[in-house]
Amino acid sequence: MPDLHLDGRPLCVAPGTTVAAALALGGDGSSRTSISGQRRAPLCGMGICQECRVSIDGVRRLACQTLCQDGMQVETQA
Amino acid sequence: MSEHADVLIIGAGPAGLSAALAAANDGAQVVLLDDNPLPGGQIWRDGAQANIPSQARHLRDSVEAHTHIQRHAATRVVAKAGSQALLVENPERGWVITYRSLILCTGARELLLPFPGWTLPGVTGAGGLQALIKGGMPVVDERIVIAGSGPLLLASADTAKHHGAQVVRIAEQAPLGAVATFAMQLPRWPHKLLQSFSLFDAGYRTGTRIVAALGQDHLEGVRLQRGNKVEELACERLACGFGLIPNVQLGQALGCALGNNAIQVDAWQATDVAGVYAAGECTGFGGSELALVEGRIAGHVAAGNREAAQRLWGERQRWQRFAGSLNQHFALDPTLKHLAAPDTLLCRCEDVPYAAVAAHANWREAKLSTRCGMGACQGKVCGAAAHYLFDWPPVAPRPPFTPTRIETLIQLESAAQSEH
Repeated sequence: MPDLHLDGRPLCVAPGTTVAAALALGGDGSSRTSISGQRRAPLCGMGICQECRVSIDGVRRLACQTLCQDGMQVETQA
Repeated sequence: MSEHADVLIIGAGPAGLSAALAAANDGAQVVLLDDNPLPGGQIWRDGAQANIPSQARHLRDSVEAHTHIQRHAATRVVAKAGSQALLVENPERGWVITYRSLILCTGARELLLPFPGWTLPGVTGAGGLQALIKGGMPVVDERIVIAGSGPLLLASADTAKHHGAQVVRIAEQAPLGAVATFAMQLPRWPHKLLQSFSLFDAGYRTGTRIVAALGQDHLEGVRLQRGNKVEELACERLACGFGLIPNVQLGQALGCALGNNAIQVDAWQATDVAGVYAAGECTGFGGSELALVEGRIAGHVAAGNREAAQRLWGERQRWQRFAGSLNQHFALDPTLKHLAAPDTLLCRCEDVPYAAVAAHANWREAKLSTRCGMGACQGKVCGAAAHYLFDWPPVAPRPPFTPTRIETLIQLESAAQSEH
């Protein structure tokens, strides 16, 4: 059962859970703020739209194409 | 650092997996790439809340066990790196893969069209919802509306219900007559019959389209229209997709000709670029059975075994007829071109409204003056929407095809030097 941190808060998820799912499990589901200030959340679920991009251990990655791992630090974009 | 493949395959869905196995069994050294963490593509997506069919598991296990197949997960193609070489990147590193033959199995994505409120958190694609649930996103006791077009709406509804959601409406834009005609033809394809009829739902409405997603900071409800009748429903999620469109960008960038918005192939699954083949949904929508047989044909041909490939032509033809029927009956109603309001964002990366884009004569002009299509998704969402909305033909993407780290791009330089 991977243990990770989402915006500083601890979260434990089932094996095989994507970071996109973790955003909904441990937060309000949103991933970033758009350039005009709208909150956004994963849209396509398959690595196309880039709406779910978050910072994972300091690197920008797509939440929907990343599996949760032990010790991961996930930060949504304020 | 570089890697060489006799046969390099892009995409590990049904087409890519079956191509890999066919080519490897013919003795070729195969490298199989996919940008997802697990193989299976969209239709056989595995995850925390997924159950993949035994046929998929068997094929996946055979590929994993094969000593001639090297599989790279979470790996994207970034750029062309010479005449028969691609620059790729995974979360840790970037490198160049050279190849003798290349098979594009890049699949399809959903056509997502702009309508008021579509940027609200809680709105996803139809296949998008299914993918997110399989990845572990909870939907228990949520009210969900599914809208758009095609059999994927029913499949998505089925997944949502199975995981405890209440699907309050499935709004299919195609008219009842077309959907009924399609459904009546299903007995000609016995396996498809079972698949589709077990998915029919009491909340299913034909001739119904999305008007708006409602809410301030997140989705609170939807407005739907059927004929002159408008209906508002409260819900926590809206899943909206307008059918599938082939992922042709990589093929386009390599110079492959397109036909019907898909990568054009001959009977050998060969594109018009020497040594480059394509199979599955990127050559036109046809479902997993067609993708599997096309993949096998492409794998055999790329490995030099034309006899084995030719023996599969009959099987391919059977599934091609099914695909033809599907595309004909779920054709999009032209009213869907007018879902967006002037201030509805068309480009979600650069937040460019519909009216700003519609004021231009073509995609290039719109890009240059509004920045639409120049954000993180590189126009994969708004470019496809603009193609449908304004009939602007899609243009070949320029590298890097996806957001990429500088360290990876630097490798293009050394790849260029080693060519000289």
